[in-house]
Amino acid sequence: MAPHRKNRTGRRSPVVSAMLLLVGLLATGGSYALFTASASAETTAHVDNLIDEGQKLFQANCASCHGLAAQGTDAGPNLHGVGAAAVDFQVATGRMPMAASGPQAEEKPPQFTEEQVAALAAYVASLAPGPGIPDESLLTGNGDVTNGAELFRINCAMCHNVAGAGGALTEGKFAPDLKGVEPAHIYEAMVTGPQNMPVFNDLNLTPEDKADIISYLMFIDDKSNSPGIIDLGGLGPVSEGLFVWIFALGSIVGITVWLTAKSN
Amino acid sequence: MTVEATRTAADRDARITTEDEQAVPPGRGMRFTNWAANYVDERTSMSGFVREFGRKIFPNHWSFMLGEVALYSFIVILLSGTFLTFFFQASMTEVTYEGSYAPLKGLDMSAAYASTLDISFDIRGGLLMRQIHHWAALLFVASIGLHMLRVFFTGAFRKPREINWLIGFVLFVLAMGEGFTGYSLPDDLLSGNGLRIIDGMVKGFPIVGTWMSNLLFGGEFPGTSVVGMFYSLHILLLPAVLVAALGIHLVLMVVNKHTQFAGPGRTNDNVVGVPILPVFAAKAGGFFFIIFGVLALIAATVTINPIWAYGPYDPSPVSAGTQPDWYIGFADGALRLVPPGWEFELFGFTLSLNILAPVLVIVVFLVLVAFYPFIEGWITGDQREHHMAQRPRNAPRRTAIGAAGVTFYAVMWAAASSDLIATHFKLAIEGVTHAIQLLLILGPIIAFVLAHRICIGLQKKDREIVLHGYESARIVRLPGGEYIEVHEPLSEYERWKLIDFDDYQPLMLRPNDRGRIPVMQRVRAGLSRWFFEDRISPVTNTELEAAKHGGHH
Repeated sequence: MAPHRKNRTGRRSPVVSAMLLLVGLLATGGSYALFTASASAETTAHVDNLIDEGQKLFQANCASCHGLAAQGTDAGPNLHGVGAAAVDFQVATGRMPMAASGPQAEEKPPQFTEEQVAALAAYVASLAPGPGIPDESLLTGNGDVTNGAELFRINCAMCHNVAGAGGALTEGKFAPDLKGVEPAHIYEAMVTGPQNMPVFNDLNLTPEDKADIISYLMFIDDKSNSPGIIDLGGLGPVSEGLFVWIFALGSIVGITVWLTAKSN
Repeated sequence: MTVEATRTAADRDARITTEDEQAVPPGRGMRFTNWAANYVDERTSMSGFVREFGRKIFPNHWSFMLGEVALYSFIVILLSGTFLTFFFQASMTEVTYEGSYAPLKGLDMSAAYASTLDISFDIRGGLLMRQIHHWAALLFVASIGLHMLRVFFTGAFRKPREINWLIGFVLFVLAMGEGFTGYSLPDDLLSGNGLRIIDGMVKGFPIVGTWMSNLLFGGEFPGTSVVGMFYSLHILLLPAVLVAALGIHLVLMVVNKHTQFAGPGRTNDNVVGVPILPVFAAKAGGFFFIIFGVLALIAATVTINPIWAYGPYDPSPVSAGTQPDWYIGFADGALRLVPPGWEFELFGFTLSLNILAPVLVIVVFLVLVAFYPFIEGWITGDQREHHMAQRPRNAPRRTAIGAAGVTFYAVMWAAASSDLIATHFKLAIEGVTHAIQLLLILGPIIAFVLAHRICIGLQKKDREIVLHGYESARIVRLPGGEYIEVHEPLSEYERWKLIDFDDYQPLMLRPNDRGRIPVMQRVRAGLSRWFFEDRISPVTNTELEAAKHGGHH
């Protein structure tokens, strides 16, 4: 096919295609600019409202630890510059507000609705520039799973375990299980480095790399790493060893007792 | 009703012929069988062999089948392993994976890992076979462990079975060696991390360590030869030695006869049970398929060692929750329990006590296990043959030693999963480690004292029941107004089980022919006293008679 096409001389000059493409792009771009410009006044007002609401929520729920202006106190860190990503991660997973002080903030059912989380995030983001909520295009799970899996093994597995089952850190802290975590929260965690997690900035892992890692995690979540029915929590030889002693050997000892029982 | 054949030492070599067989003329099938048997016997003289093995008596007790579980899981391992050798490539040559598991596609990896992935995803039945092989391996070592515990706690290792205990121990070590080499073959991240620990342990040996590691890995770790070498060991040398040792183990079991628990009609000179041919052989054949079935069911439903999740080996990443298979866990745990700072520099050499100390502890522990029958035999000075299995309570010191040993092993084993204990019980890992370190010392002591007390208590209870019967829960009011609970006497059968056990006395210190008492004799007598000074003697006939005719209460 290809050589045939190369030799073909068409009705149109090759310039026409380029021109058409240019016109198309201009039209789309122009109309997009027009629409967004006309909407911007409304959006600004909406954002201002959101920030106000966020400030109220913040002062009612967060200020006792983080201070009235989010400047931080002895009980909680300064939030200037943590960005909307940190707020969305901490609040939408229920880690903040903390139920009790402990080695680290634990996941629990979130205390705020999505709108309230968005308001809080908008408020904190308005204080100082910081990482924002990731773009939807990075969270589709259509990235390169091979690259994602390799990056995960190199960067994440030493704490989160190769199967993403989580692991222990020092002093009662731990890396949580990654099963069923929202892609956006995984991305935000990488960008903001919550609790003991290091920050993986965009020089470290490009947004595409992060999208690949998320794709890998979505792949193993979706397909499950276990072709059988039971995967024993992805915890490796410890759960396999317990299984063989309790269930395999247990059932076989049961069978030996049955085989040697005296018939009545 | 099962037919129980009793076999005494006296009729050991008596010919097994019955009058009935000669009275009835044989049918056509029987004639063929006779002819075939005769044909084979005339050319091989097998009949003596068949008679000896076919008439081996197996007493009926569930705990006597644990060794069989090990044997049958070994057969399952051989069968499934043979299937795996058809497709596994024991080579560390780099290839690019193009199989069907998406998250590894296009990645460079060793041929060993790629072929294991192919077995798991692209070869029909491959994953099932891999999982059967691995589950059977875990069950093999677990059943060996349980079998050893049964033999230990019933005293079935005493004369004449000490050598067979030693061979069994060699089998246990070989099984662990087989397991570890097999675990290393897929060349995935988990097995590579395991090998890295072995590499570190080898390098921890002063002076020779580095050279030994170089020899093992053909240069700097991980090298390109270890998988091929482990494969040869795993499928050739270790199984060959294992099968040979297993053969001797089984022959000695036939030669020594089987032990049995005390009961009516059972003495030290007979074995009561069913012969191998035909009853036991049929039962055992069925049991083999039950074990195979259980393993197949587990392998079909429960994932084991998902190597695709671990990725190809790369020395840089180490995953959280990296553990060896359970039977190596105690060694991993011993390493984890070493407190920080046990590394010293002497004359420019690093002395890695953080590695040498746990290795020494493990070696001493294993040597004690291997030679326990000889140690106990020396302490007790017992030269008698023992064919009656003891109830653990009737050997309180040994049971206590066993409980302490099991605790020691279990604590080290638990230490290998300290990180998982910490995350799953929401504890700090430092707290878990310190608690386990403490338990490693205190646990065996507590277990020893507790087990000993419990044994003595149970013996006292047995004695009480034999002499005064069991409490029938029937309360009777006497004419005088007194209430008593009626004690029912035991039946003769039940009583026999409780009173038929060996009585030991501490060794007497006697001067030798030069009129001296050597130090070793003093040590021996001291140990013997420690072994037997707290003991409950079996009920004697006189006591029994006295209890029968004496006052009831």
